[in-house]
Amino acid sequence: MVAYVMCMALLGLGIYCVLMKRNLIKIIVGLVITEYAINLFFVLISYRKNGLAPIFAADAPVAPETMVDPLPQALVLTAIVIGLATTALIVALAMRLYEKYGTFDIAEIRELKG
Amino acid sequence: MTTASAVIPLIVAVPLAGAFIIALLNQKIPRLPDLLGVLATCVGLLLSLWSIYLVQVQPTSVYSVGNWPPPLGIAMVMDGLSAFMLVTVNAIAFAVALYSVDYMERFTAKWQFHSLFLLMLAGMNNVIITGDLFNLFVFLEIAAVASYALVAFGTERHALEAAFKYAVMGTIGSTFILLAIVLLYANTSTLNMADIGRALAQSPAPHLTLFVSGLFIAGFGLKAAVVPFHAWLPDAHPSAPAPISAMLSGVLIKALGVYALCRVLFNVLGLTSQISSILMFLGALSMVIGVFLAIGQWDLKRLLAYHSISQIGYVLLGIGLGTPLGIVGGLFHLFNHSVFKSLLFLNSGAVEYATGTRDLQKMGGLAARMPVTASTNFVAALSIAGVPPLNGFWSKLIIIVAAIQAERYGYAFWAALASVLTLASFMKVMKYAYWGGLGDAWRDVREVPGFMKASMVVLAVVCVLGGVLLLPGLREVFLGAGVEALHQGTHYAAGVLSEVK
Repeated sequence: MVAYVMCMALLGLGIYCVLMKRNLIKIIVGLVITEYAINLFFVLISYRKNGLAPIFAADAPVAPETMVDPLPQALVLTAIVIGLATTALIVALAMRLYEKYGTFDIAEIRELKG
Repeated sequence: MTTASAVIPLIVAVPLAGAFIIALLNQKIPRLPDLLGVLATCVGLLLSLWSIYLVQVQPTSVYSVGNWPPPLGIAMVMDGLSAFMLVTVNAIAFAVALYSVDYMERFTAKWQFHSLFLLMLAGMNNVIITGDLFNLFVFLEIAAVASYALVAFGTERHALEAAFKYAVMGTIGSTFILLAIVLLYANTSTLNMADIGRALAQSPAPHLTLFVSGLFIAGFGLKAAVVPFHAWLPDAHPSAPAPISAMLSGVLIKALGVYALCRVLFNVLGLTSQISSILMFLGALSMVIGVFLAIGQWDLKRLLAYHSISQIGYVLLGIGLGTPLGIVGGLFHLFNHSVFKSLLFLNSGAVEYATGTRDLQKMGGLAARMPVTASTNFVAALSIAGVPPLNGFWSKLIIIVAAIQAERYGYAFWAALASVLTLASFMKVMKYAYWGGLGDAWRDVREVPGFMKASMVVLAVVCVLGGVLLLPGLREVFLGAGVEALHQGTHYAAGVLSEVK
């Protein structure tokens, strides 16, 4: 239970970082924190104390009640890859923005409003 | 699984294959990006029209990816709503691909444009036909990442700024969606949408359902740019190249936002009166705030972008009513808005192509030099404002009538008021851009090339004839099946699961 609460605190921290920080890089770090909070939460949900790897082999006993649910791990792997793609794109955008404006400060990158 | 349903995955595979073939072979064959872009979207359109026929024969068909039977494997589910959305998305995509052949000549990396465009289309198509919640998330991200890159395509200062803002907010939206999916999985131990519906029906968890609904509304609402989650849209949509603005405003916000939200809320979680009121309230709020913000704009594309927020409000209001008539109005308005808003963005692109400006105050009298653009824009403006007998009139009328029938007189009033304000702001566009004396700077302006004209004329014809879809006979085929799919609510699960066995 404590672990879940910590996950949500991490999520809140990430969202706070995205909303309140003025530096593009810090905003990106905030985004990564939010993504990883969810990933961590997903892995923790399938955590089982003293759980076994779910391998069904001829010479191993089949014991679903002690095995770990493998699906969340596979899904989190996918989510990490997606997060990587998004982060790479956003970092590339931040680099181009720095080339154009010469700053990472969003208070100075404000051509669009209204 | 029948042989007919084996064709379903092609609707994702064809644009996906097109995207990668363009990326691999563009150096060897010079005209390949144009050719393949148009060809792949054309095949997509034909397949989606065929899916309308498939739904008539068999209301729900299921394809098991990799022959793993659902709920273990990923399922693709074709029902009335999916077929309806596929036709909308692929028809607009085809018109836009045709338009891009001439329009994108001015940009250097044309193949990248077509490749990303097809990737975005594949993402949207899969979001529409998937029956698996995590698969929906993955392809939603594929479409979203492609759209972030496309918004920044011009790599100008404002485009990069808009794309950054859009990407950050889009990612936060996706995070909420993923969290909702995680919570549902933790509770039901399945990811198949029909199976989640069944599990929730067997052991209801009202608090969890409400919380998850809230997360979905925030996440998909961000993608759909519903007020108060709309801040990115007026920046992102105008900054993209015109064909992409047409795609984003025309179909992306609907496929990733409205469709996914409705599918999850109606068919998986079940629509409660609480959620229904939230949807209607958000719809009415977007409708009114969007149109008020639009009237004051002088940048043509920004004005159109604010109208997208407003029109999405109509769609949500109609669908949120939850009555069959309301859903008919909402879905029909979704289709109509796709057509006339993409036409309006293509028109604005044509004006920018010919004159190089988007500022309404600098234009004037362009109707004399660009008759096709001006007349198609006039048709689209009347449609979006809801002037009879164009398509926008019928869908707005149905939504207002449905609101009155449901005794939501306040919402009916706001819908009518927003419609009047829409008319006012589009008269402003026509007056400043197309009518009046021709400015000296525009004496030598020429009408745009053939492909651009062709796609604008086709969309304008759909606007004029759109009302025909309401006639008995056509209505059941195109709209009826979609409405039935939404209105059945959580019976969706039974339909899909019986198809699997």
